[in-house]
Amino acid sequence: MLNDVQKHILEVVAAMKNGETDGAVNIRIDGKKAHRVNSEHIRIESKTDKDGIDIHIAPFTKHESVHIPVVLTESGFHDKVYNDFYIGEGAEVNIVAGCGIHNCGCDDSQHDGVHTFYVGKNAKVTYSETHYGEGEGGGKRILNPETILYLEEGASVTLDTTQIKGVDDTKRYTKAVLGKDAEIVITEKLLTHDNQYAESEMDVFLNGEGSKTRVISRSVAQDNSVQVFYPRVEGNAPCFGHVSCDAIIMGEAKVKAIPAISCNHVDAGLIHEAAIGKIAGDQLLKLMTLGLTAEEAEEKILEGFLR
Amino acid sequence: MLEIKNLSVTVNDENGRADILKDINLTVEDRKFIVITGPNGGGKTTLARAIMGLAPVTGGSILWNGTELADKTVTERAKLGVSYGFQQPPRFKGMKVADLLSIAAGRKLNHDETCSYLTKVGLCARDYLDRDVDASLSGGEVKRIEIATILARKCPLMIFDEPEAGIDLWSFARLTETFSEIHAKKEATILIISHQERIIRLADEIILVADGHVKDRGPAEKIYPQILADTVSGCNRLEVNGTC
Ligand SMILES: Nc1ncnc2c1ncn2[C@@H]1O[C@H](COP(=O)(O)OP(=O)(O)OP(=O)(O)O)[C@@H](O)[C@H]1O
Ligand SMILES: [Mg+2]
Repeated sequence: MLNDVQKHILEVVAAMKNGETDGAVNIRIDGKKAHRVNSEHIRIESKTDKDGIDIHIAPFTKHESVHIPVVLTESGFHDKVYNDFYIGEGAEVNIVAGCGIHNCGCDDSQHDGVHTFYVGKNAKVTYSETHYGEGEGGGKRILNPETILYLEEGASVTLDTTQIKGVDDTKRYTKAVLGKDAEIVITEKLLTHDNQYAESEMDVFLNGEGSKTRVISRSVAQDNSVQVFYPRVEGNAPCFGHVSCDAIIMGEAKVKAIPAISCNHVDAGLIHEAAIGKIAGDQLLKLMTLGLTAEEAEEKILEGFLR
Repeated sequence: MLEIKNLSVTVNDENGRADILKDINLTVEDRKFIVITGPNGGGKTTLARAIMGLAPVTGGSILWNGTELADKTVTERAKLGVSYGFQQPPRFKGMKVADLLSIAAGRKLNHDETCSYLTKVGLCARDYLDRDVDASLSGGEVKRIEIATILARKCPLMIFDEPEAGIDLWSFARLTETFSEIHAKKEATILIISHQERIIRLADEIILVADGHVKDRGPAEKIYPQILADTVSGCNRLEVNGTC
């Protein structure tokens, strides 16, 4: 039975009402399997050599989804899991992961999730991961996710990661290796506040001819928080890559973006754009002329920016 | 009624002090359609921004239906019924056209309402509702969405700053119809800053602002021929060897 705190976190990180959803499901609570359901073409198995699960998605699976949320409610709990996804040729799936920490105690709670995706030929995957922390305790809420993706010929992945609130410390690493005509769109949204620290490192290797990537990072840093981005894209074949980092800073926050694009092939085309700054004054004024207060205007601008 | 008395705007920047508006006096009766025109840099936008609270007023008073606006914030003026469509509207990453119009209206607009405002500025609603008001929109598109926000606000005082700028002929025709319609239905006092003869001809009255002053005012038939005469005889655009 799930308690209210757990249900609330499942709703925030995986949009599951009452902890329920269709399709294949694996809920992990405080380091233990709490609930598992397989679906017609999707099989979830516990690993035997380490903590974590293997998710097998049969070739040409359509209209099935996977939800694998993680909830931490025990203060001081350190969790490390390895989740491997084997996505068969031509499958089309929607995968939802997410981690929520509710820390009321004074010890640090930490979850390190390593997700590895083997995406088969022409498969189409959307993967979304939401991170969230809550609880009044003085213990830190720490999340260090790692996402590794191997895309075979013609595979396409849409990767959305969101960390909106309450995570004190995060170090994220994302790596994608693309074969011929494979495509990945990575969208990262981040909001930090108080004294939080967030770091995101990313390596995209465009190894196959005709491979493509778009990396979009939108972030807001408030109060005294600090964010550092290292998006790196390497073009090793005729390919296309576009990286854009957009950040809004407020208060005493600091944001640093250190992008790198490397072209190792004459037909590799890589573009990078980055903009960091405070909310534009004319945006605030425009919304105030529409009747909003300065605070309401700020809220609307951030809401849109992080949507 | 809008009453502006002895209004002045002075800015201090790296180039020193500049008096941009000097002792402006102006009264506009309710539900009139007024066009403010005059040479570039004359102070039209500054006057509009001063009414909205966006320019630093250094002296004088702005009374709107008897209430002094000079010491009110932008938000308070907006709530008192003053609206202003920017000459150069800002863009917002991630904000949908439909959301911006709902903010303007002060409530969640339904699909049909949103569409009707876009149609009034000559935009095909279907193509724009879900677009972001960001750099992906063209100049003319952003400008028309800006005008739509003012229509959605339905304020008793509507100020438009060069609504024609960057707008194609078809949309412009639709736009002039919209202005005439608001005027005919006596829905609001309309102040339009414009250089367009077609809009000037619609107005009850023209106010000529130049060099930070109100130079003249009167019906279009009187003011427009004067402006044309000035342009021909005067030398305010042609510069030869640095001298006029
Ligand atoms: N913040 C400012 N600092 C310095 N000068 C300013 C400032 N704002 C306006 N000005 C100057 O004041 C003058 C009037 O500007 P304003 O924008 O009101 O003109 P305008 O009549 O609207 O012109 P246009 O027809 O080109 O839109 C211009 O010379 C402009 O350069
Ligand atoms: Mg102007």
